[in-house]
Amino acid sequence: MLARVTMVTFAKAIRRHAECPDHNVEGDTLGAVLSAYFHVHPGARAYVLDERGAIRRHIAVFINDDLVTDRDLQSDPVAPADRVSVFQALSGGAQ
Amino acid sequence: MTIPTTNTENADGTAGSAIGLVGTRKGLFNVSVSDGAAKLTEPAFAGTPVTNAMCDRRDGTWYASLDHGHFGVHLHRSDDAGATWVEIAAPEYPPKPDDVSHLNPFTQQEVVWATQLGWVIEPGHADEPGVLWCGTIPGGLFKSADRGDSWQLVESLWNHPARAKWAGGGFDDAGIHSISVDPRGPGRVLVGVSCGGAWRTDDGGDSWTIAAQGMRADFLPPEMAGDPEGQDPHRIVRCEASPDALWTQHHCGIWRTTNDGDEWVEVTEAGPSTFGFAVAVHPNDPNTAWFAPAISDEVRVPVDGRLVVTRTRDGGKSFDVLTTGLPQEHAYDLVYRHGLDVDSTGEQLLMGSTTGSLWYSGDAGDNWQTVSNNLPPIASVRWA
Repeated sequence: MLARVTMVTFAKAIRRHAECPDHNVEGDTLGAVLSAYFHVHPGARAYVLDERGAIRRHIAVFINDDLVTDRDLQSDPVAPADRVSVFQALSGGAQ
Repeated sequence: MTIPTTNTENADGTAGSAIGLVGTRKGLFNVSVSDGAAKLTEPAFAGTPVTNAMCDRRDGTWYASLDHGHFGVHLHRSDDAGATWVEIAAPEYPPKPDDVSHLNPFTQQEVVWATQLGWVIEPGHADEPGVLWCGTIPGGLFKSADRGDSWQLVESLWNHPARAKWAGGGFDDAGIHSISVDPRGPGRVLVGVSCGGAWRTDDGGDSWTIAAQGMRADFLPPEMAGDPEGQDPHRIVRCEASPDALWTQHHCGIWRTTNDGDEWVEVTEAGPSTFGFAVAVHPNDPNTAWFAPAISDEVRVPVDGRLVVTRTRDGGKSFDVLTTGLPQEHAYDLVYRHGLDVDSTGEQLLMGSTTGSLWYSGDAGDNWQTVSNNLPPIASVRWA
C-alpha cells in the first residue's frame, strides 16, 4: 500500500514563533495530516489549533489552492502529493 | 556579575536599583532605574502583544503572557531576568460538555471554551512555592503548581451558578483581571471580574463567596445596579501589610473595603474624576492609593487634556492631584487597568499609557519623569 504523503508548509509569520519546518506526513484527511505533523513538531500545534482542536479564528489553511472550511473537525480529504499550507489570515491583524 | 532579578532596597528602606516590566502592543520592555534615572531596554518578543508580565519575587522568575492574535495565547518564563525565555504551557479550557449551554448574557451567543486572553498572572502565596494563578478571558481562573509547566482550571469558580451572569467588559466575554493572594494564608484569594464583581475563597478555592457588596453598576437598570454579581471592577488591589484593605477602580467610580471585600464603600470625590481603570495601593499603608483618572465612560481621555495622577493618603477623604512632570495640555493618554504600579517601598511608581508614554516617579508621585513618549500602546507595567 502506498503511503499517503502530504507536504505541510507554514508561513513565515508562524515559523517565527514555533518550530514548524516543511515536512511530509501521512494522512487521508486534513485532521489526520495535521495530527501527524504535530506529532513530530508538537510546539507548533497551539499556534494553529486551540484547545478544542479547532483551527484558530485567524489562521487560514489551504489544501492546494482550496481554503479549508471544516475548521473544527478538519474532515476535508487529502490526497497523496497534495500540499497543505498554513497561513495567518489577514483578518485579526489590526494590532 | 550577578543580574538583579528583583528590586532592592537600601538600608533605610528607600528604593535601590529597580527593574520594571512593561508589556506593550509590540513586545516586552524592561525599564531599569538606578540613582533615580530610568533606562529602557530593547524589547523581548518584538512585534507581539504582551498582555501582562510579572516577576515572581519568591524566586526571581519572570513570566509573560503573549496574545499573538492569530496564533493564540502563549506564556513564557525567564529564569535569568529576561536574558532568555522559554515557552511554557498556556491555560487551556476543558472540552465543553455537549449538554452544557453557556450563553453570553448580552449577545446570547454560545461562549467558546477556549482561552482568548491571559489577562493577568500572579504568584501564589509565599508558602506555596511554584504556585501561580492566571486570570483569563472568557472568565476562567487557572492555577499552576509547577511554575507554569501545567495549568488547571479552577472548576469550583468556573462551575459556580452565578457565573452565568458574568458578561463582557471591554471584551465580548467576561474576564478575570485581578488576582489578589491574601498574605495571611495560601487558601485565601480574591479575584476581580469584568463584569462579574469580586469573588473570594478562604478555603483554597473549594468554595467562593461574592465579595462586591456595596459597589454600584450604573450601566444596569436601577433595580439591578446594586447586584454584586453584575459589577465591573476594572482593577482590584490589596494592601500587603493590611490585607483586609483593598481598593478598586470600578467602571462607575472608586470603592474601598476594610473588611476583605465584605462591604465596599464608595469614594465619591477624587480630583478631576473618579472614572478610570488603574489603581495602586501603598504596600504598607492601606490609606494611600493612586489613580489615573479619565473623563468618563463615554470619553476616555484625561480631563481638559491634562494627565494627572490622584493620590489619597487618608483613605479617600481627600486627594492630591499630581501633575509635575506629566503633560498638562493636549494629553489624550489612557492608563489601562494594569498600567500603574507601585513598588515594595511605596515610593516608586511606574505608569504607562495607551499612547505609548511611560513615566516614572521616585517620590510617590510628587514628581514624574518621562521614560519614553514613543513606546507602543502599553498594557501593563509591573515592578520586578
